[in-house]
Amino acid sequence: MSRYRALLGATMLAVAAIQPAGAAEKAEVLHWWTTQSQSKAVKVFADAFSAAGGEWVDNAIVNGDVAKPTGINRIVGGNPPTVMMMNAGKQFGELADQGLLRNLDDVAATEGWQASLPADVLAAVSRDGHIYAVPVNLQTPNWLWYNKALFEKFGVEEPKTWEDFFAVADKFQQGGIIPLAFGAQAWQQHQLFNGVLAGAGGRDLYMSVFRDKNPEAVKGAEFKRVAEVYAKLRSYTDPGSPNRSFNEAASMVITGKAAMHIMGDWEKGEFTSAGWVAGKDYGCVLGLGEQNFLMDSNVFIMPETRSESGARAQDMMARVMLDKDVQVEFNNLKGSIPVRNDVDTSGLDACSKIGLEALKDPGKQLAGPDWLAGADMLNSLADVVVEYWATPSETPEQFAEKYAAVLAEFQE
Amino acid sequence: MKQGSIRWSVYAGLTPAILIVVFAYVGTMIWTIGISFTDSRMLPVARFAGISQYVRLFGSDRWLTSLQNMVLFGVLMIGISLALGFLLAVALDQRVRAEGFLRTVILYPYAMSFIVTGLVWQWILGPTLGIQETVRGWGFENFRFDWIVQKETAIYCVVLAGIWHAAGLVMAIMLAGLRGIDQDLWKASRIDGIKPWRFYLHIVIPMLRPSFISATVLLSLGVVKLYDLVLVLTGGGPGFSSDVPAKFVMDYLFQRQNIGLATAAATTLLITVLCVLTPWLYAEYFRAERPKE
Repeated sequence: MSRYRALLGATMLAVAAIQPAGAAEKAEVLHWWTTQSQSKAVKVFADAFSAAGGEWVDNAIVNGDVAKPTGINRIVGGNPPTVMMMNAGKQFGELADQGLLRNLDDVAATEGWQASLPADVLAAVSRDGHIYAVPVNLQTPNWLWYNKALFEKFGVEEPKTWEDFFAVADKFQQGGIIPLAFGAQAWQQHQLFNGVLAGAGGRDLYMSVFRDKNPEAVKGAEFKRVAEVYAKLRSYTDPGSPNRSFNEAASMVITGKAAMHIMGDWEKGEFTSAGWVAGKDYGCVLGLGEQNFLMDSNVFIMPETRSESGARAQDMMARVMLDKDVQVEFNNLKGSIPVRNDVDTSGLDACSKIGLEALKDPGKQLAGPDWLAGADMLNSLADVVVEYWATPSETPEQFAEKYAAVLAEFQE
Repeated sequence: MKQGSIRWSVYAGLTPAILIVVFAYVGTMIWTIGISFTDSRMLPVARFAGISQYVRLFGSDRWLTSLQNMVLFGVLMIGISLALGFLLAVALDQRVRAEGFLRTVILYPYAMSFIVTGLVWQWILGPTLGIQETVRGWGFENFRFDWIVQKETAIYCVVLAGIWHAAGLVMAIMLAGLRGIDQDLWKASRIDGIKPWRFYLHIVIPMLRPSFISATVLLSLGVVKLYDLVLVLTGGGPGFSSDVPAKFVMDYLFQRQNIGLATAAATTLLITVLCVLTPWLYAEYFRAERPKE
């Protein structure tokens, strides 16, 4: 296979060599941002790249679960896209270990990423001290979104803690409104649970679960409380929730069938398409409980292309994506927060400003699960969480025991 | 001498096919089995890990549930589809009017992909959208039909959709078989005064044995690779109560970046299928030929 790859590389070099000098640097970009608001955001990158003299070849694949394996297969097979989207954290670690990704230390040094990007983000795109990906935004999965008109009609204040939440939810339930819109798909259930873990269980418990993978940590009273809060949420959802997609749940809030929804920044795309404005039609609360910002970031990896023009296109792409103006424009459309800490944030919407405020306080920054643990462990935990949700007879103690068993399996 | 040369040319002609079978099918199978004994994660690596993947696999509740579901789905779906398909074929064989139209309607579900089938049944069975909501709208406020959101019954919804999808195919196969039965047998039975149900039970069904076998083989393939229907209809839930082995394999192969465990599961699946099918196929095809020699 390596000989085949060398041959392929040589062919690509030859192709590159016969291209006339001064031709635009071509970059094939593989990503899965395909909804309306997402593709508008991607277009910002594409336009900026063209303006800088490059040629953006768009390769958008619907659904990340399809796109990721497609891209990884191409990287392993020796025919990689020039640039590929990923999530920060452990996901691309193995590709870097195998020497399939380009080391971006040089670009990072000349562009001064060390100064302009948060240290946690840099750590999440690094492997063994080297940078392997370009982070483009910051987002958090643990927002509570709510329908402002309904809150006014019922005369309730926005909740800040889980106790408040249950008090508010009871009022809605008595008034015949579904308190919590929810889609019981595995990823949504696990995301909600992790939000409860960080918000109701607290920072220390969260870190000992995901960073330390310590099975002893989940045997205490804090985790029991987390399990109880999570189980209690069940009674505030409607029977139609199993296997419902997140945008269906979002539309329940928009149409006023449900009052609240806990989901990531990308929910804003749904609200914006419905003509809703942040702070006016919908409100947002960051991380019920301790109000932590669970950090998650979309990144782009640059596979080794074995051609000089490919490398030049990649360097240019990294510069363009982290350009100050591009960062602001992209994140405004995407609904997320610029990853650079030295850009003008006055144009951000009301909710992003709350997120930005939280990010200024290191005590509220919390690395997301993907940054701390691998996909295998997270999904094994998700299995336990999903089963707990679907089994009302399971006690918090039984749940904690199963959860601890998974952690013990992955403890390093 | 002449016969020998013909045989050689036959083998020469078959060589490409044999090579494809050996490398593309047997080769990948052996490779898969090999990977299952390594600790490969996102990418295949050759670090030998013994049977640790199999130990983890059989310690997993989710895998055991998915195996049970496959057996349950297989037995019910094949059994009921065969019975229903046969009865439909018999009904159509009574020289009904508009037979061509009915045949098309009944066979139509089979032309749909499992994705579409799953989506349609999700709408029909979903408690806030389909049958339950409709009947409640007619004034029966306490009507309950929410199998799809109950852990214990979700898998039966998959069976239901599976039968709807497959019964038409069975009907077509059975109808073809029925048309192949000699008309004289009917006349003879009528002269002898045999009741129609006894004629079907003791004469027609034994004669349709090949049709039953081909229908069963076709449906079994669908059972083993059942994936998209579950994915769309229930997503494997609630919890993982309606999970199936193929979905387990796909999840670990792609989302969870654990090729080692996924190939261990695939290998187990292969062995299970071989254990069930080999004795039966042997009995059906090879032993039957012996008396002729």
